[in-house]
Amino acid sequence: MGLGETVKEMPIVVMKGITKRFPGVVANDNIDLEIRKGEIHALLGENGAGKTTLMNILYGLYTPDAGEIYVRGKRVTIRSPRDAVDLKIGMIHQHFVLVPPFTVTQNIILGMKFPRGILNLEEAEKKVAEISQKYGIKVDPHAQIWQLSVGEQQRVEILKALFRGAEILILDEPTAVLTPQETKELFKTLRSLAKAGCAIIFISHKLDEVMEISDRVTVLRNGKVVATKKTSATNKRELAKLMVGREVVFRLRKARAKIGRPALQVEDLHALSDRGLPALKGVSFSVHEGEILGIAGVSGNGQRELAEVIAGVRKATSGKVLIFGQDVTNRSPKEIIDLGVGRIPEDRLQMGLITDLTVAENLVSEVHEKFSDKFFFLPAGIFLDHAQINNYAEKLISEYKIVTPSRDALTKTLSGGNLQKLILARVLAQNPKILIASQPTRGLDVGATEYIRRKLLEQKKKGAAILLISEDLGEILMLSDRIAVIYEGKIMGILPAAKAKIEELGLMMAGTPLSKIRGGRK
Amino acid sequence: MIGEVITATFIISFLAATLRMAVPLLFGTIGEAFAERSGILNLGIEGMMLMGASVAFTTTFYTGSLWLGVGVAALVGILLGLLMAFLTVTMGAQQHVSGLGVFFLGMGLSFYLYRIFVGELGGVPPTVTPFRPIYIPLLGDIPVLGPILFQQYVLVYIALLLVPIAAFIFDRTTLGLQITAVGQNPKAADTAGINVFRIRYLCLMVAGALSAIGGAWFSIAQSSMFLPLMTAGRGWVCIALVVFGNWMPYRILIGALLFGGIDALQTSLQAVGVAFPYRILQMLPYIFTIIVLVAVARRATYPAALLKPYRREE
Repeated sequence: MGLGETVKEMPIVVMKGITKRFPGVVANDNIDLEIRKGEIHALLGENGAGKTTLMNILYGLYTPDAGEIYVRGKRVTIRSPRDAVDLKIGMIHQHFVLVPPFTVTQNIILGMKFPRGILNLEEAEKKVAEISQKYGIKVDPHAQIWQLSVGEQQRVEILKALFRGAEILILDEPTAVLTPQETKELFKTLRSLAKAGCAIIFISHKLDEVMEISDRVTVLRNGKVVATKKTSATNKRELAKLMVGREVVFRLRKARAKIGRPALQVEDLHALSDRGLPALKGVSFSVHEGEILGIAGVSGNGQRELAEVIAGVRKATSGKVLIFGQDVTNRSPKEIIDLGVGRIPEDRLQMGLITDLTVAENLVSEVHEKFSDKFFFLPAGIFLDHAQINNYAEKLISEYKIVTPSRDALTKTLSGGNLQKLILARVLAQNPKILIASQPTRGLDVGATEYIRRKLLEQKKKGAAILLISEDLGEILMLSDRIAVIYEGKIMGILPAAKAKIEELGLMMAGTPLSKIRGGRK
Repeated sequence: MIGEVITATFIISFLAATLRMAVPLLFGTIGEAFAERSGILNLGIEGMMLMGASVAFTTTFYTGSLWLGVGVAALVGILLGLLMAFLTVTMGAQQHVSGLGVFFLGMGLSFYLYRIFVGELGGVPPTVTPFRPIYIPLLGDIPVLGPILFQQYVLVYIALLLVPIAAFIFDRTTLGLQITAVGQNPKAADTAGINVFRIRYLCLMVAGALSAIGGAWFSIAQSSMFLPLMTAGRGWVCIALVVFGNWMPYRILIGALLFGGIDALQTSLQAVGVAFPYRILQMLPYIFTIIVLVAVARRATYPAALLKPYRREE
């Protein structure tokens, strides 16, 4: 499907034999890639397959160790983004590169030349408005970036590229942060840009999207190109196999578990964000033993604050958190851990791990006082017993298949998937009765994701109550028994996963309460 | 007793002194604003000021040219700025550590060079003929305002002129937008085709030049000699002032005048011989620094990338 008829044969970008090494890895290994004018070309691969590295080379952020790049038939050397911009290449990064206190216009004109170096913001604003009208991309040129939603910020990034006359547009995992509706809007924009003659390179690891939006797809695995296909001549199963290198199971069987008594109850919870603004505005729900409650929503709608309040690291301003009926509101994290609550924090590197400690040390960081012996006349609890810690760590490393050079390796040397396994091992080893999992598979590749999801289901089968907070709607649908959607600190509705419809969830994620959606229909 | 002290003459001389005391603070703080807006905390500023004081004096001592002294001070400041830039921008070293290193270097070197070129410390130090206030015809005759505003040093006017110039650069030029972007989100700036390294080098050179000129003020305008540690921590005050001023030149001017005023108050009171322990008066500017920082710093919106080295391939 797509715009096959408008695809012209002339390649606008040719990359030949591109190789890029980082200490210890070959990120790109002799890669050939050809992009044509007016096509949407998907670059598909797991995390670490080398997609972003390749595009950072094309955008001048990295210099390749070997290989040649041709743009519009001419051999070029792209040393910096400035060179790329001069070649009419634009890149929209996965993590937006905007200056939050600047306005939309200031961000768009950043780095551009003005006569005598004096800014003329009024004229620039007019031009921004013109371009946004021309391509039908709606943004307020006066708004400051921090006031905009994620979808709007992405539009600013696209405008920024178009303003510089980009004809080759690279988008790095652009849908990762969008609601289903925003994704639809983005795809519409991309199609009209392609129709206008832009070449669009779309980096993704989501098969459904690649099938929907692209004209051709190049699959990368371990830094190598495994295939380039016409999208209409392939299918999801084949692409998955190319991407992972083996057959992939798309559906995990949701094990039935006996639903027990309520384990975690949250009643009319209010809390403030770091900025001191209300982040939770009366959240209520309960999670039972043997149940997974999924919290769906676009990031930044109070998910982080919710997990933190329950774990005791953020104060609730009002409302209650009950664990097996016991009021634990605003208790210390330690007390809450001791009641059997385990937590997989949203941000592995910042909140979950101390990356300059060893793997073994991180594995015992929440329970280290248990590994302590009396020392002469001093009581237990002062000195660590390293022999015991090491045994324990070895056991967990093998049980959870954590790939690490040794238990004494610094944690920062581990890959993302193994970091997450480490956290999982640390939490699950305590047999938590309640598990709060925030974005447990974000940024992980297909293999690690599958592993983590299986472990969560296993835990549920053992009778744990699990609160699953995820931006990945597919994950929520796959694992949850019930789904709650959060929007601006309020629950828009809770419904059984079996009866959930994607469109309904999407509307709820964008702020329409369930009662209104269902009520409106009758 | 207060009534005897607070006379019209006292107020006029106090306000004129306020402006003068604000001069080194303005030079230093505007320079620091350039550095910090680009994301570099220049803790070397006190050392740069001391070097400025030292080389300005020595140059003037040998050549008799005050302006050559100012020029050489600026040049040496630029060199120290380049050193700071090399450490923090090119090498990606910790800004605190590099800044303190530059401070100690400047402090030590300022004595050392003075001893080599001028002579041993101790005894009565040699002097130069320092800058003199200039009298602006007609305007200088205006009662009250004349003596305060129009019988001042040229360096006072230059310092005051720096404020609108810096404000214009920050707010109305592409360079200013680029500097602020580099200090807020260097990655965004880099991807927009701005050379982060070049901007940071440039800002540190400006910071070095301005703070060294601020230092020169002490040895060839405010006094006529170089003394070890004569800047007496004004560089550190600048680091507080830039926070007080929220990195905006006009607010920095207010802060510099406020601090200058307190400085002037203590010297003026001492001069008229108020029976009060002068050591307590001398403490005032520093106590005030602490109070202001406690009050203001919590609400300050620091450049988001301050203290963070920028590396591309990470």
